[in-house]
Amino acid sequence: MDAYRQYPIRLRINGEDRAFAVESTVTLLDLLRERAGLTGTKKGCDHGQCGACTVLLDGRRINACLTLAVMQNGHEVTTIEGLADGDTLHPLQQAFIDHDAFQCGYCTPGQICSAAGLVAEGQAKTVDDVRELMSGNVCRCGAYPQIAQAVCDVMEIEK
Amino acid sequence: MNPFDFQQPADVDAALAALAAPGARPIAGGTNLLDLIKEGVMKPSGLVDINPIAGLAAIAEDGTGLRLGALARNADTAYHPLVRERYPLLAAAILAGASPQLRNMATNGGNLLQRTRCVYFYDVGTPCNKRGPGTGCPAKAGLNRQLAILGTSPQCIATHPSDMCVALRALDATVHVRAANGERSIPFADFHRLPGDTPDVDSTLQPGELITHITLPDARRFAQRFEYVKVRDRLSYAFALVSVAAALDLAADGTVRAARIALGGVAHKPWRVEEAEELLTGRPAGETAFEQAAERILRGARGYGQNDFKIPLAKNAIVQALTNAVQKNELRGAPR
Ligand SMILES: Cc1cc2nc3c(=O)[nH]c(=O)nc-3n(C[C@H](O)[C@H](O)[C@H](O)COP(=O)(O)OP(=O)(O)OC[C@H]3O[C@@H](n4cnc5c(N)ncnc54)[C@H](O)[C@@H]3O)c2cc1C
Ligand code: SF4
Ligand code: FES
Ligand code: FES
Repeated sequence: MDAYRQYPIRLRINGEDRAFAVESTVTLLDLLRERAGLTGTKKGCDHGQCGACTVLLDGRRINACLTLAVMQNGHEVTTIEGLADGDTLHPLQQAFIDHDAFQCGYCTPGQICSAAGLVAEGQAKTVDDVRELMSGNVCRCGAYPQIAQAVCDVMEIEK
Repeated sequence: MNPFDFQQPADVDAALAALAAPGARPIAGGTNLLDLIKEGVMKPSGLVDINPIAGLAAIAEDGTGLRLGALARNADTAYHPLVRERYPLLAAAILAGASPQLRNMATNGGNLLQRTRCVYFYDVGTPCNKRGPGTGCPAKAGLNRQLAILGTSPQCIATHPSDMCVALRALDATVHVRAANGERSIPFADFHRLPGDTPDVDSTLQPGELITHITLPDARRFAQRFEYVKVRDRLSYAFALVSVAAALDLAADGTVRAARIALGGVAHKPWRVEEAEELLTGRPAGETAFEQAAERILRGARGYGQNDFKIPLAKNAIVQALTNAVQKNELRGAPR
């Protein structure tokens, strides 16, 4: 085994095709932050427990800390940096601002990416569903009530 | 992370060839394996990424039952129309586990082989017979709030942490595997094993074998009255202290035609006692019968201090699950 072997991979990140050479052990999270220069995605626990690293992989929300970059060769990743349309914020980004849905903001990129995944999944019908389906994202500031409001607003769910 | 080789075989045969290398392991969703590699608990020398293999992610009708591909994601399984309609107990169990992000990655095959959440197993600074055979079991006299009350051995009192597997046990699933020398089918009851003197071995899957799919027999008679009760330290996103997958087939007069009850969080494998289910057969579905079944299921249970509470908790959870299952039909369509 050659521990330093580099694996050539290509990823489409936020609409842009990019090429990297990575060791087998590099997680998608570390690739995004340290090699792609996209530090919006946060590293919290690094063990799938907090949701800070949530990104959309082929449109579905996942924890970027628990997958290897080499495993995602050829796939499409959307991070918090890729949600806005130019200078126009994504509706969820705007709703988070409108509802004061963050304090320190550390968990916010993961919360917003997770919410984008939740909206696309279309399973949430009530505010309780939203709470349950946002439970993979932990906020140490406790901004949960406002986060639930922001997500419900965008989904037009009665609170 | 310890370094490892990485391969992406295109088909099952190529994967089996790659898995023949010593120290090689398959990786599917990676949500348990990468976690354990990061902690230094598992140290494979090579990872065989089975995700590119075509055909292993399908969910489809299979005779009178259903076939769940090993690579089908937990979320896709739970939300699949056929699963929702015919195996709602399985959908409920899956959705009670992990988080949406994890369920989007976690696969059915990987879920079966996820390893215990015993804190000593995860902490490479402590002894643990499951991680390092013969080093001892600090859990028996230590932090065992989460651990087993049934089927334990002096060597290990770990639990299997899966929710999905509890429903698969109740629904009589079969695990289908491939090895270089052929294929075989393993009834779910025989897939996970008790710790005995070799707690390092979680299942009867042999090294080099790959799970290709899981099948479920027709269980539509259990699709109306079912419940998955999961008792945990917080309302959501936590492993079970005790969980119960229960399903009832009731006659028009309310007597039990057939019952299925399996427990999670109490043993090294999903726990089911068919004799207890037979105790219910032909009797009115009610508290007296449910309590007797619960007593029978917990027969021989023993606590290790911090987890003593699980014995009465499990009994209550069984009665609750069966009671809710009786009413499930009426609750249908109502938001919950
Ligand atoms: C924070 C957190 C909370 C969680 N909470 C819960 C919970 O409440 N309930 C619950 O049930 N689970 C929970 N999980 C566990 C999660 O469900 C499992 O990690 C997941 O199901 C494993 O599937 P995977 O595809 O990611 O497996 P992997 O991590 O890829 O693999 C797991 C094991 O299976 C082997 N393997 C995988 N596929 C195959 C195959 N086809 N054939 C042979 N071997 C194979 C691998 O070699 C490895 O040893 C949680 C996980 C995390 C990180
Ligand atoms: S219960 Fe099993 S897994 Fe936990 S410390 Fe003891 S031997 Fe290890
Ligand atoms: S950093 Fe990935 S879930 Fe916490
Ligand atoms: S806003 Fe501070 S962690 Fe959520």
